[in-house]
Amino acid sequence: MPGESGILVLSEFEGDQLAGVSMEMLGAARRLAPALGQRVVATAFGSTAAEAAKQSIAFGADAAVIVASPELDEYRNDTWTVALTAVAREANPAIVLIGQTNVGRDLAPRFAVRLGTAVAMDCVDLSIRDGKLLMTRPCYGGSAHAQYTSKTMPQVATVRIKSQERLEPDLSRAGEVTTLAVDIATGDARVLGREEMKAEGLRIEDAKVVVSGGRGLGSKEGFDDLAELATVLGGAVGASRAVVDLGWVPVSIQVGLTGKIVTPDLYIAVGISGASQHLAGITGAKMIVAVNKDKDADIFKVSRFGAVSDWKPFLSAFIAECRRLKD
Amino acid sequence: MPLNIVCCVKQVPDPETPASAFRVDEAAKRVIPAPGIAPVISQFDQIAVEAALRIRDALGEAKITVLSLGPDSARDAIKTGLAMGADDGVLLNDPALFDGDGYSTAVALVAAIEKIGPADLVLCGRQATDWDAGVTGLAIAELMGVPSVSITRNVGVVEGKLQAERVLGDAFETVEVPMPCVVTVSNELGEPRYPKLPQIMAAARKQVTVWTAADLGLGPDQVGAAGARLSLERLYIPEVNSQVEFIAGDGPAELAVNLARKLREVKAI
Repeated sequence: MPGESGILVLSEFEGDQLAGVSMEMLGAARRLAPALGQRVVATAFGSTAAEAAKQSIAFGADAAVIVASPELDEYRNDTWTVALTAVAREANPAIVLIGQTNVGRDLAPRFAVRLGTAVAMDCVDLSIRDGKLLMTRPCYGGSAHAQYTSKTMPQVATVRIKSQERLEPDLSRAGEVTTLAVDIATGDARVLGREEMKAEGLRIEDAKVVVSGGRGLGSKEGFDDLAELATVLGGAVGASRAVVDLGWVPVSIQVGLTGKIVTPDLYIAVGISGASQHLAGITGAKMIVAVNKDKDADIFKVSRFGAVSDWKPFLSAFIAECRRLKD
Repeated sequence: MPLNIVCCVKQVPDPETPASAFRVDEAAKRVIPAPGIAPVISQFDQIAVEAALRIRDALGEAKITVLSLGPDSARDAIKTGLAMGADDGVLLNDPALFDGDGYSTAVALVAAIEKIGPADLVLCGRQATDWDAGVTGLAIAELMGVPSVSITRNVGVVEGKLQAERVLGDAFETVEVPMPCVVTVSNELGEPRYPKLPQIMAAARKQVTVWTAADLGLGPDQVGAAGARLSLERLYIPEVNSQVEFIAGDGPAELAVNLARKLREVKAI
């Protein structure tokens, strides 16, 4: 369809507010819009869509198109692809932004292919060059960055959590909210059950301090020491993928490209060599501190402070000193 | 009829390549293979083969075809799957098919899946460990017009339907879809089995079918770089300004005390 215009942002809703990444994408879209001379349109689905639209406008959207069918309350690959495709055909945007979330990872590829276009996944930087969206994304586990443009319209990107700056919400911003009626046929997929993995205490995504362990700890018992340090520092425990695969810790605390993206003020990596796929999860940490017996370990390259040491005797002394300093 | 399973596997540079040996040719927008480090089957794709074998183990029978798109060397990725226990191997080896994006690669794979025969289940890794995109598997499902379940563990066939648990970070969600369908698997599925020597030798003797774009009835403009919707503008190694300050100290205990005091000094704790 010629005449594409505007940046369409898929707003996800969590509890009673927009998902963080949705606020961040609206901020990014607002930043990109002047270079294009185009507007920012949010879309949201399900019973909370009207509220999501209102919040999206406060966070930077000029308007919103919603599909309020209750069939869309829970994310489903088939129904959400139908809804987003319908909105994109109606709004005819030049750009579509989707969060790199459980939803976006599953939805964006099918949505893009259905429209006959491409998607650049997990973008960390977006800019406009010669009127086109330049999409920068890490690849090779973060060892390299690739920049793409799309040959086809719309230009679709998924956006990494916490890679973009959100705007301060402005509740006085006004914008038109349009409701689109979409026939949502219930598809063939059935959800048989859901098993929540509630991490005990603080979630690593929310923690100001994250103490993470890797294969260098030697056994899962090492995580007891990390948990003690995390308690002293008021933080949470994280882990590399290697130890999750070894079954030492649950996947809910995995940090990295295929795990959680964390942005604590302080990230302490113990016995983690620093595989790039792990580093991809901590680029937003304000300060990284590493303890490793190999002084050439890659983790030190991204660290502010490093200690070259066996972790066990180090950690017991470190916990004691932190406890003393806290008192 | 036994279940027909196709596993899509990709050969990638070994992700264990040390960062110091990782090089990019910026002019060609390619990663330069590290000398002496052989390419490997992408880890998640090997887990997809494991998922297929577990289904065959549970059902008693199933035909498993390992499908790859790549140059001659990609035969090794197929052989890995055959050594693990897969039945057949198909390699799409044609420069016209190379350097595609998720879209144009899926176009070629779907044509091959259809030529192999009616597939009940297509299994892929959640993403290849080179481009880390996670598009191709879902693009295959969309082009085939069949249901998909992505990023899963515990994949099984129950009363003729496919069940898989989506890995959602803080939850697992069990989804059931009719077949044919496409499922992508994650590392939470478990370790792939280790081939035994006789299987490796049998796999080495097995013929791998090789097809070109023409064999698939595809024109050169539909596939590979020409058919790609994404244009790679630049590939580079991001700059990392190492500014690490190594803490001094005699022995672990002293290092620990000095680090803690330093962190207090900069108000990090």
